[in-house]
Amino acid sequence: MSILGFLIPLALLMGLAGLGAFFWAMRSGQFEDLDGAANRILIDEEDDK
Amino acid sequence: MNAPVPDLAPDLPVSGECIDSRFTVPGMRCAGCIGKVERGLSAVPGVAAARVNFSAKRVAVSHVPRLTEDDIIDELRKLGFEAERAADNPLGRDDAETKRLLRALAVAGFGMMNIMLLSVSVWSGADAVTREMFHWISALIAVPVIAYAGRPFFSSALMALRYRRTNMDVPISIGVLLATGLSLYETVTGGAHAYFDGAVMLLFFLLAGRVLDAMMRSRARSGIASLLGRMGRGAHVVQPDGSTQYVEAERLAPGMVMLVAAGEALAADGEVLEGRTTIDSSMLTGESDPRPAGPGDAIHAGMVNLGNPVRVKVTAAAQDTALADIARLMDEAGQSRSRYVRIADKASRIYAPAVHSLAFLSFCGWMLAGAGVYHALTIAVAVLIITCPCALGLAVPAAQVVAAGALMKRGLLIKDGSALERLAEVDEALFDKTGTLTLGEPRPADLGVLDAQARPLALALAQGSRHPLSRGLAQALRDAGTEPAALDDLAETAGMGMTARFQGHDVALVRPEAETAGLSVDLLVDGARTRIAFTDPLRPDVRETIAALAAQGIRSGIVSGDRVETVAAVGTQLGIEAVGGMTPAEKLDMLGDRAAKGHKVLMVGDGLNDGPALAGAHVSIAPGGASDVSQQAADAVFVGERFMPVALAVRVARATMGIVRQNFVMAAVYNMLAVPLAIFGFVTPLIAAVAMSASSLLVVGNSLRLARAAGQDGAGRDSAA
Repeated sequence: MSILGFLIPLALLMGLAGLGAFFWAMRSGQFEDLDGAANRILIDEEDDK
Repeated sequence: MNAPVPDLAPDLPVSGECIDSRFTVPGMRCAGCIGKVERGLSAVPGVAAARVNFSAKRVAVSHVPRLTEDDIIDELRKLGFEAERAADNPLGRDDAETKRLLRALAVAGFGMMNIMLLSVSVWSGADAVTREMFHWISALIAVPVIAYAGRPFFSSALMALRYRRTNMDVPISIGVLLATGLSLYETVTGGAHAYFDGAVMLLFFLLAGRVLDAMMRSRARSGIASLLGRMGRGAHVVQPDGSTQYVEAERLAPGMVMLVAAGEALAADGEVLEGRTTIDSSMLTGESDPRPAGPGDAIHAGMVNLGNPVRVKVTAAAQDTALADIARLMDEAGQSRSRYVRIADKASRIYAPAVHSLAFLSFCGWMLAGAGVYHALTIAVAVLIITCPCALGLAVPAAQVVAAGALMKRGLLIKDGSALERLAEVDEALFDKTGTLTLGEPRPADLGVLDAQARPLALALAQGSRHPLSRGLAQALRDAGTEPAALDDLAETAGMGMTARFQGHDVALVRPEAETAGLSVDLLVDGARTRIAFTDPLRPDVRETIAALAAQGIRSGIVSGDRVETVAAVGTQLGIEAVGGMTPAEKLDMLGDRAAKGHKVLMVGDGLNDGPALAGAHVSIAPGGASDVSQQAADAVFVGERFMPVALAVRVARATMGIVRQNFVMAAVYNMLAVPLAIFGFVTPLIAAVAMSASSLLVVGNSLRLARAAGQDGAGRDSAA
């Protein structure tokens, strides 16, 4: 049973990390331009350095 | 993944004192456009960086102060994109609300998953000490999560109670708080049943509904915001030294002299000082025929200059313009709309008292049957949790979001769910004429005057100019499948037209030398003149739309500010009742009359003069080319040349309400099955959790069917079904 003492905090930490990542993504504007990101991959960059 | 990092212009050292400007560029449609705009702008000396936001159709430019916003708009035009300054989005306030709900949803999701992990162990038979520990850990997670994620519900419930009313949030808050309180008690006393998972799951599902609702609103609003801003939000004011400077509409003052270019809308009332031009006042009065204006003529804010650049002396600005009167009428008209009660709130008015009395009665029943206070309370809480309107909270937003998403694909942006509910009730439709039934922009009356050789020349000349006639001509030619010819020395002379050379011949697109009755331009090829006359044609599918509406039992009519004869002619042509010569106040009165007779009227209009009617109607739709005011007053905006989205909107709204009713019935059936179980004390946290997720999934699944129903056909042929 002592494994629980390790696994439960681990599960919580991972959950918190995910939550933190989502909050960061929202704050830094990752969801601002969803269609743009999908389109940018198609931009040709041949005429650039 | 990103567009290339822009080169810093070598000749102009870009220092730290760059300023940021934002522009709306509605014409960006593909990846190529993103690259073109970003690279093109970055190559401009003085621009440090340009970044496109494709979803919002905006570009943010960081540039040195010496480069003005007008210069950048010019550069964008050279790249082939029309741009406008992006004002602070008047509809963007919802954004913060959506983010707040999303954060609450994320927290609730985190809590739900972790608590569920522990709960599953408890359900599968964790015993005494382990169970107690798991309950304690659940409590530690649940209490802060509920405190954070429940705030939107608690504050709304408090607000309702303060005004002695009840809404959906009251039973939710009571259910969640009671469940949490009881579970805490269970945890402390080492009891077997803790409902932390149920309480947090309830919040999660309900928040999902709220987030969907908020996202639908903000998506439609940002779509509409990108259409806004074509109407005079400011003007170029002539300075004493002869230069011009852009001044916001609010800061214009009587006595200033504005330079109004062709295609620009006036930002203030004024008097023409210099220049002769044609003025389109359809936005302000609904009149379809442009009228000439010269020195000494008074023109008003909201009118559009179609002809030559003119100098206009401001006589009244901001609050004193004819426009401001319309705004005041609109404010008053909009107040009736706020009395509308959303269907979910209607449902909760019956639902909440029923649930609360049920819970209370079971508590009393078990007390009478000789159970202890604690036992009776456990059962009452189980009743509350199992009946808590989880499916009900999702029933309405899920259906409405799916419907709004499907409509958006067909070119109709719905501002919120209540608009869909009101659209479904409509039994009469009133249309404005100019700009609503008609395109609201000049188009060549007959392209036949141009032969196969002339068309590519005309298109190449027309697409180089922003003049409304050029734009209409270019659009019509492109629709006819014409490819532009390659021209040399293309030049535009303001007030005259476009000139160029084509394979050694002089070609030009100029205004007629003599004044003509209607609008027209001349195409000159080596001195040979072809006159192209312009009219404002009806949208291509007006007739079909009116038929589709009639098939749904909706009577159509026209209310217009245009001359009575013109309006009557269109009415006869379409076979519907038509009233002309209406002022904004008369339109509003007419709507009041219809409402008093019990009709639910859909108003479709575009002009400033329709603003009060749009705000006062039961529900309203504006075309994408409408004035800012109208687009903000209307519940929905349709884009494109076709009129059919109006009929489609009504059909989808009715289908949506059908699904919502089905969802309510499902929720009711679920309650009928589950409530007796709860009352007789058979509900454990496990059963509550399963019942809650199953009913929510059922409701969401049922709502998804709408996507197909709305997507079936664009022409609305099956609308009678």
